[in-house]
Amino acid sequence: MRTSLAFKVFIYVAAVFASVVILAPFAWLIISSVAAPADLLSKPLRWIPAHASLSRYADIFFGADSETVVTFRAAMVNSTIVAASSVLISLGVGIFGAYAFARLQFRFQRGILLLFLSTYMLPPIAILISLYLMMVQLHLLDTKLGLILVYCSFITPFVLWIMSGYFRSIPRDLEDAARIDGCSRIGALFRVVLPLARPGLLATALFGFLLAWDEFLYALIFTSSLNSKTIPVAIAEFTGRHAVDFGMMTTGGVLASLPPLVIAFVFQRYIVGGLASGAVKG
Amino acid sequence: MTQARPGRLEKLPRSMLPKGRAFRQGPTALILLLPSLVVVFGIVLYPLLRTLYTSLFDVNSAFPGSYPFVGLGNYLEALERAEFWAAMLRTAYFTLSTTVLEVVLGILLGLLLNAEFRGRWLLRSIVILPWALPTVVNGAMWRWILNPSYGALNALLTQLHIIPEYRSWLGTPWMALNMVVIADVWKMTPLAAFFILAALQTIPRDLYEAAWVDGAGRLRTFFSITLPLLTPTILIILVLRTMEAFKVFDIIYVMTRGGPADGTQTIAYYTYVEAFSNQLFGYGAALAYVIALFILFFAIIYMRLLRRGEVEY
Repeated sequence: MRTSLAFKVFIYVAAVFASVVILAPFAWLIISSVAAPADLLSKPLRWIPAHASLSRYADIFFGADSETVVTFRAAMVNSTIVAASSVLISLGVGIFGAYAFARLQFRFQRGILLLFLSTYMLPPIAILISLYLMMVQLHLLDTKLGLILVYCSFITPFVLWIMSGYFRSIPRDLEDAARIDGCSRIGALFRVVLPLARPGLLATALFGFLLAWDEFLYALIFTSSLNSKTIPVAIAEFTGRHAVDFGMMTTGGVLASLPPLVIAFVFQRYIVGGLASGAVKG
Repeated sequence: MTQARPGRLEKLPRSMLPKGRAFRQGPTALILLLPSLVVVFGIVLYPLLRTLYTSLFDVNSAFPGSYPFVGLGNYLEALERAEFWAAMLRTAYFTLSTTVLEVVLGILLGLLLNAEFRGRWLLRSIVILPWALPTVVNGAMWRWILNPSYGALNALLTQLHIIPEYRSWLGTPWMALNMVVIADVWKMTPLAAFFILAALQTIPRDLYEAAWVDGAGRLRTFFSITLPLLTPTILIILVLRTMEAFKVFDIIYVMTRGGPADGTQTIAYYTYVEAFSNQLFGYGAALAYVIALFILFFAIIYMRLLRRGEVEY
């Protein structure tokens, strides 16, 4: 279709409008994290802070041992450990299952896949109460291990769903050739299929990481101390205080957003493709 | 990255498979699936059944002990309580308004992302931002923007002379609920837009060219070609977002803690309060099952949509 000048202008105006609506709140989050307290509390508000510094970031990374700083630091470490471990475990167990769904024929195949998928849709609240009571008895409350186990239960179905689709897109011929040359099925999986599936594995791992990093409800109920508290819990706690230090809250927010944002930007094509297909289907 | 699409199970006619193969491969499949089964159902299945069991008792502490059996009493109690129905109504409002807004805005944004203009890659990178932002950070960010004394929204609107003085955006129940809706729409519209974008990219160009040759305008083309072809995707977004909205918890926890005057207490939040603040685990378990049943209902619709194979990428 021929594009008239008016339409072109309209598209650009719409694009600029959308960008502003999306960027403005986030820009304010970043500005608030570097602005001096007096700037944040000024009325009328100074949009460009008179005094800006990265002192809050420096505080969080190397600084004084105030309670807030210690909590944020511990929570970042906990979140990283929990998210990374649950992704690694889920990939470790999920790859084999995904391969079975992609390459083998067995009874109730579709039913079992849907069963896994239904746990992915299960509202956390439906298992939360009993899980909490169990964790109390197993002394897993307020441990990273407890949280990792729970996260594996919703990242693994995700791995099965996405990776079975990915394995299916890899031509069988290569694998058949390897097996004729005397490779076992598992040998072919490791030597032929997995190397070819590296982009899919990466995308799945990143997605799983985002899921775990973002999770809040389980973490809220199961963690209570610096031992296992994750970053969403730390930030939520911080917003609930009476005298909120807005500067520190926004700094924590920016830091908590960095890993997912970096992942989203660097692997944009994977994420968008995976979102659009994986999520639509699963 | 088109390869990551989980395809459907291979649809070979049974007769084309070597006879008995399904049986020969069964044991191998079981071995390969065992770790996943253990990790997922070992963690999910017992608590799921246990919740059902708990919902039949009047459990009011986290310690093991004997609690009176009340049968369906907890469920009946929910149906009788005004707070339950109020929470359901708020959930329905939240679900309906966020889903409709996200779908409509998602279509517009998706069309924009698909249009040809310089800087399109940049817009695509920008649009992914809200989606990547952790939900809790999103809630905290909006809470700060909507702050009654120092918030950026108050500053912006007074400096533009749209409102005469600072307002408490999260101070009244109805206003607060709508603010949570806005925060959710800001974060989740990009997801809908990317679904729409993926669907738009599968529509063959020839269709548009044919319509153009026939003299159809832009609006006409949209309503008679684009929209009908987007319908399956729109349905999927509707169902998925409905399920998510029904579970909404974290953004409410961070923005309002369910307040003011319980004005933003949705059903998941109400359940959380009853179970963990009031320690009414039996009643909370019954509420959890009510939510699970609603979600199951939507999940079945979703599976039907998938099985009908209307969405083909």
